[in-house]
Amino acid sequence: MSVTPNHPADLSRRTLLRRAAAVGLLVTPAAGLLSACAGSEPSRPDDSGAAKSKDNPFGVQDGSAVKVVIFNGGLGDQWAKEDQAIFAAKHAGVTVNMSSTQKVKTEEQPKMATQPSDLVMNSGADMMDVSTLVNEGAIEPLDDLLTAPAWDSEGTVADTLLPGTVVDGTFQGKFYVVNVAYTVWGNWYNAALFSREGWTPPTTFDEFFALAPKIKAKGIAPYVHDAVHGYYPRWALMATIWKSAGKQAVIDIDNLKENAWRAEGILPALEVWEKLVKDKLLLPGNLNHTQSQQAWLDGKAAFIQVGTWLKNEMAATIPPGFEMKLSDYWGLGATDKAPKDVFAGAGEGLVVPSKAPNKAAAKEFLRAVLSKAGSAKFAELTKSLASTKGSGDAVQDTALASANELMRNAPADLIKTKFWDFYADLDKESQNASAELMAGRLTAAQFVDRMQKAADKVAKDSSITKQTRA
Amino acid sequence: MRHGVARFVSGFLFLPVALYLLYVVWPFAQAAGYSLTNWGGYSDRQEFVGLDNYVRLFSDELIRKAFWHNVFFLVTVPLFTIALALFLAFLLNVGGREDRAGVRGVFGSGFYRVVFFFPQVLSLVVIAVMWQQIYRGDGQGLINGLLMRIGLVDEENPVAFTADPEPFLGVPAVLWWLLFIAVWSGAGFYMVLFSAAMQSIPKDIYEAALLDGAGRVHTFFKITLPLLRDTVSVAWVYLGFIALDMYALVFVMTPSQGGPDHASEIFASVLNFTAFQKGQFGYACAMGVALAIFTILLAALQLRITRRERIEY
Repeated sequence: MSVTPNHPADLSRRTLLRRAAAVGLLVTPAAGLLSACAGSEPSRPDDSGAAKSKDNPFGVQDGSAVKVVIFNGGLGDQWAKEDQAIFAAKHAGVTVNMSSTQKVKTEEQPKMATQPSDLVMNSGADMMDVSTLVNEGAIEPLDDLLTAPAWDSEGTVADTLLPGTVVDGTFQGKFYVVNVAYTVWGNWYNAALFSREGWTPPTTFDEFFALAPKIKAKGIAPYVHDAVHGYYPRWALMATIWKSAGKQAVIDIDNLKENAWRAEGILPALEVWEKLVKDKLLLPGNLNHTQSQQAWLDGKAAFIQVGTWLKNEMAATIPPGFEMKLSDYWGLGATDKAPKDVFAGAGEGLVVPSKAPNKAAAKEFLRAVLSKAGSAKFAELTKSLASTKGSGDAVQDTALASANELMRNAPADLIKTKFWDFYADLDKESQNASAELMAGRLTAAQFVDRMQKAADKVAKDSSITKQTRA
Repeated sequence: MRHGVARFVSGFLFLPVALYLLYVVWPFAQAAGYSLTNWGGYSDRQEFVGLDNYVRLFSDELIRKAFWHNVFFLVTVPLFTIALALFLAFLLNVGGREDRAGVRGVFGSGFYRVVFFFPQVLSLVVIAVMWQQIYRGDGQGLINGLLMRIGLVDEENPVAFTADPEPFLGVPAVLWWLLFIAVWSGAGFYMVLFSAAMQSIPKDIYEAALLDGAGRVHTFFKITLPLLRDTVSVAWVYLGFIALDMYALVFVMTPSQGGPDHASEIFASVLNFTAFQKGQFGYACAMGVALAIFTILLAALQLRITRRERIEY
């Protein structure tokens, strides 16, 4: 959870820019020169001509309009309306045209090459593939946003962000995606039920397998999963793989290294899931995400794995007395290479299309979204942490508190997998393989074989742009 | 005078034709153009790659799988829908008791006619969402719940419906379950179509057959079906188009939109994945163009085979 930048060059650039900004000297040539020092291309001169200042670092033109499209999914869109008010306080002369949708790709993709919206929240099932957007040059690098002064606190925008936020939005060395929600994943349970029955939430699969018969004896399925969307169980599988085989193993997978899927520790991590399925510890019924979450809320299953948006998504149907708590994904035990690492990161990404007519205002709006006031509203309204530091400090909520607790004890490394963002083919294949493993139609060994084969195919395909991570 | 009429008519036709050219024909042409490029869909960068995309289609395993799934629907959707629609139409029009009143439909046929037509007024997506609930995989699903209550299905092992890739008669079960919905939702419309056609068959032909002692089955196969040939043939072409699409049902109802594990992949779902997930619009356009060519050929072939001399009555 360190906030130290990865490269010394980064640090000096950031410090320099902060100072430059402080005295109101942040002008385009300097920014261009400095980012050239850091190894990236100089950014194009901004399209708006207004003067830049600490309160208007991108030179937003008064009287201009900015079109913002918000994904109205699990987090709703009320938080964005609050940001709109915060933005208006500083830029009363700028018109914000905000709309919300669930069909981001359907509505925004056709406009990307010609007349896109200025700021698009690219999220949900119908989202635009991010690596494609980057490869096609369809979205704008936002490195200057990171170095801009924070909206309502000291330092730069980058200084206010939680760890992982910059890394999660970085593609091919540039920062493109501003993920606004900070999500922690893990196994959820009903603390009220567990204390009533005297059960202790397990921390390893062995403990879980020991507890499972007791749960079953109460007529409750030990585990329920989303059997419709393969990427749900995939989070859990990859978290187990990370804990068991360690960070480097997952990095090798993401970097398409030869035989990466056959590294030590990966097969056993999948075998525990295979055992969980074979031992019939899953609630049957091929439920989708909300159905499985409701089944868990209805007390039909003891554990469900999902991210911290769960509470907000199910807010309407949480039974009274239900005490939602998040616990870390289970490891395998003594052999684990990274047992303490937590699966967390920034999600729900906002992007600025390259062809957007008012990019300056879009960036300025992002600055408002990442403000202290905006983040606090976000946490309050969505019951989910914002990707800025301290957003959840004032929120009273057991689910959010347990996530905070988990993050407090988390070591520096966050569990992070990138291959599904990098390569659409591997995304599809891993979703299918995960769903098949959870359906009991694929063994752990077959899973490894399939993924290795698919990874090799992508590695060999020269038409696919390769990406790497560290 | 003649000349003036032509000008008058073409004046009225100009606007619709222009709109048609702009919004239908031109996009088709554009898609065909893009299919010869490696356009990614999100930028204005593209290179001409000739027929590469079409060559690639033939070695694409997923496309091959999707193609055979479409062929499955192409055979079954028209077959079952038309069979069911004909059966219903026959019952509603000439299947009733034969008495002094002459030939008529079964009792309450007016009521059934309306009821069977109901699915047609619903959008396909609404139908898909509704059937999601009917096919739901646990005790809260309409069918599973019912079967569990009467003890036909074990709670630990419910019917998986569209999440079931296990083959039945060599075809993944999920496709059969989708087929059922397609037939259910389509039969009503074709029943009405066939009813209308049947009503235009003169009653005296039926009465003459009755007098000669023909039963219902005989009447159907010797009189009704031959006289409906044209209508059935057109219905077959329409249903062929529907079978080559099937996208809404697959998209809404199957896991991973074409799953589980590609078991219900069809042309349209692969096309969608290629264009929007993989960002290969050029290749996806080639798929679309290939499908269009295939559809047109099929329709032409179909109408050619079934063309016969018309019987005037």
